[in-house]
Amino acid sequence: MVLTDLALYSDRLYMAAVAVYVLAMVLHGVEYAAERASKQVLVGAGGPDVEVEEAPARPRSERYGRMAVSLTVLGVGLHLVSIVLRGLAAERWPLGNMYEFTSAITLAAMVTWIVMLRRTPSMRPVGMFVLFPVVVLLFLGGTVLYAPAQPVMPALQSYWLVIHVTTISIASGLLLVPGVASLLFLLRRSGKLPEFAAKLPSADVLDRLAYRVTIIGFPLYTFAVIAGAIWAEAAWGRFWGWDPKETVAFVAWVVYAAYLHARATAGWRAERAAWINVLGFAVMIFNLFFINMVVAGLHSYAGLPG
Amino acid sequence: MATQTPTRPHGSPDSRAPRARLAWVVLRNAWRSLTSMRTALILLFLLAVAALPGALLPQRSLNQTLVDSYFTQYPWLAPTLDRLGFFDVFASPWFAAIYLLLMISLVGCVLPRAWEHLKGLRQRPVAVPTNLARLPHHDEFTLDMDADEAATRIRTRLKGWRRTETATTFSAEKGYLREAGNLVFHLSLIGLLLGFAAGKLYGYEGQVIVQAGGGQFCNTGILGYDSFRAGLRVDGTNLDPFCVKVDSFTADYLANGQAQSFDAAIGYQTRADLDAGVTTWRPFPLAVNNPLRLDGSRVYLQGNGYAPRFTVTFPDGQKRTGQTQWNTVDPTTMLAQGTQKFARPGVTDEAQRKLTGLAITGIFAPTSSGGKVITSVFPDLRDPEVAVDVLRGDLGLDDGRGQSIFQVDQSKIDSGALKRVARVNLVPGQSTTLDDGTVVTFDGVQRWVNLQVSHDPGQDYVLAFAILLLLGLFSSLTIRRRRFWARLTPITGDDGVKRTVVEIGGLARTDRAGYGEEFDRLRADLAKKDD
Repeated sequence: MVLTDLALYSDRLYMAAVAVYVLAMVLHGVEYAAERASKQVLVGAGGPDVEVEEAPARPRSERYGRMAVSLTVLGVGLHLVSIVLRGLAAERWPLGNMYEFTSAITLAAMVTWIVMLRRTPSMRPVGMFVLFPVVVLLFLGGTVLYAPAQPVMPALQSYWLVIHVTTISIASGLLLVPGVASLLFLLRRSGKLPEFAAKLPSADVLDRLAYRVTIIGFPLYTFAVIAGAIWAEAAWGRFWGWDPKETVAFVAWVVYAAYLHARATAGWRAERAAWINVLGFAVMIFNLFFINMVVAGLHSYAGLPG
Repeated sequence: MATQTPTRPHGSPDSRAPRARLAWVVLRNAWRSLTSMRTALILLFLLAVAALPGALLPQRSLNQTLVDSYFTQYPWLAPTLDRLGFFDVFASPWFAAIYLLLMISLVGCVLPRAWEHLKGLRQRPVAVPTNLARLPHHDEFTLDMDADEAATRIRTRLKGWRRTETATTFSAEKGYLREAGNLVFHLSLIGLLLGFAAGKLYGYEGQVIVQAGGGQFCNTGILGYDSFRAGLRVDGTNLDPFCVKVDSFTADYLANGQAQSFDAAIGYQTRADLDAGVTTWRPFPLAVNNPLRLDGSRVYLQGNGYAPRFTVTFPDGQKRTGQTQWNTVDPTTMLAQGTQKFARPGVTDEAQRKLTGLAITGIFAPTSSGGKVITSVFPDLRDPEVAVDVLRGDLGLDDGRGQSIFQVDQSKIDSGALKRVARVNLVPGQSTTLDDGTVVTFDGVQRWVNLQVSHDPGQDYVLAFAILLLLGLFSSLTIRRRRFWARLTPITGDDGVKRTVVEIGGLARTDRAGYGEEFDRLRADLAKKDD
């Protein structure tokens, strides 16, 4: 049957995308290692890092980096087609279970990353650290969470699925990037692993990346939650009922609100704000996995056997 | 918190005034620290932490059964948690305390800011700084035109900016909507909370099981419902009257048993219809995700199940037919469990009644596995069968105690007052004859639907405030408040041509995510040569 073929192609492309991302991550790692070796980093006491560059070594590591970026773009292409084929195979919007949801979140994260990289090319060394959680999520999605292409239950048959789940995936994917950037910012500021951290963009650049993406992700997330409430009113008879998923979504929203407030509070602007941002993404991940798979609630749509 | 008390001797003539002032100072400081950003941050954290047990522990409002099983699982911990309100987190006083403090803190922070913003709207943009070169964005260029033309060019380019000018300087400011958005966002939060509270006070939610094939329900009082959750100010009188009749219910399943669609064809009569004495029903296709919306109330299709129909023919020829919904015990196969109770007709003697009650109790499988011990293998009605015990004796219906419609009174079986007289598997149309000649027939099965009626007068306000909140949030995070200045210095070159030196400066007032690109575009537009 044609539809099962499409589902098969979709799965193959998913695997191909993961493989390409892994390769990109490895190349980023090689670039990272090569450039670190080619640089002598003098860490002054409290002063700025003094970097002594050796001219010929640089282009080679840079070539690895550029290859990694090209592969990332290729991976995004494969990933996107995989999701589209999944939708065609199941004859519905491809966001009906945890596997598809994870796939969409990671795609959103990768697209965000590429857009940010285009705007600030100096960000490239961060690539490895963005790809790592993405690859882990994709791996979990393809193994633990995998569900075959099939129609969804009646409660999910609504155009609100398209609105709510799509925006929530994009927002979650967007917020992954600031989570990573804030972690690296904290590493950079802590002064630990100085040799390793010295290759990263400056703390300031990382901080700005985290903030700029969060202020896009947060309103989108807010919209997604509101859309979810509108859908809940039509499907479950109430717009908000403190279902575990709703509760943790609320917690995540409050944490991100705290991040934005911390950015405007003296003494909280730097490390503390970054910690809050990391916490925010941790809550999002917690909501994605723990709440759907462990806690029983109305959002248990994992599509997992048993 | 320790407050310092002044060490002034008591009874001194001026002791009252300082004490009043002290009280004022304490109050003012308390208010200031409550409305400070740090307090808001801490309260936000507390709110997040306080909400978490609501997701991790079972909640009464969601699932009483899970709470009960938590009690049996952790008997040493559950009572303590219960006393602290951990099974009703969102109704607990400590959760309310946190969000109310947060709202007060918010009001205290936002209202003065709103006032400042309104004042700021009437003020003119700040005069040009003496040294524009010290601003984060700065440039200087010469235009081949006189000062008037240069001024016109700047004026045109700064359309949409709030600006003032003197003969040689321009001050402009833009992005007031950022602060406005911020204020709208915060004030909307309060509106949203009020709308939410209104729903909790004046709303209600009721569930009722109605059998398909003509079963009716009217929203006239709490007694009509199987379960009813009333808002704090709802006493069950004055419900919005309307009636619903369930004509049919259809469910579609995939081959693997996953549900694909649930549809109930219903008819309804609104309050106006009832008042006018209309007897016809307005048709409506009720489905999951497609509730019936009447003014003020909504009707939802929430669940479904089976109601087997039994006919009992007593030895004297009298017949009684009964059909009661059975409880679905396995939602994936729709295996159901229940009881159909009959009192023997014409028996008025109390002692006799206690001997002749009949109960048919057991399980129903919509698609039976067959065999002696049946179970259900598919949720749809393909091969229905019941496996039942027929019990005779005292059903306890006259005891004056309420009893479950799904079960017989177990104590009557234990005491021997209710005895099993048959155990049999029946498919529709089949019957069994009891020792006294009574014939029990399994006639067939009807579907039932679980309808939920919801009434929430606050939800439209909540939606309106949610939209406002979103608009406020978008503008407060995307719009940048920025200032722009220009100073014109006319010069006349050696060739006698009038030129103007334009010095410009820019400053983003709010965040660090730059105003550089916009400033560069402005500069490029202003400095470009005329064609």
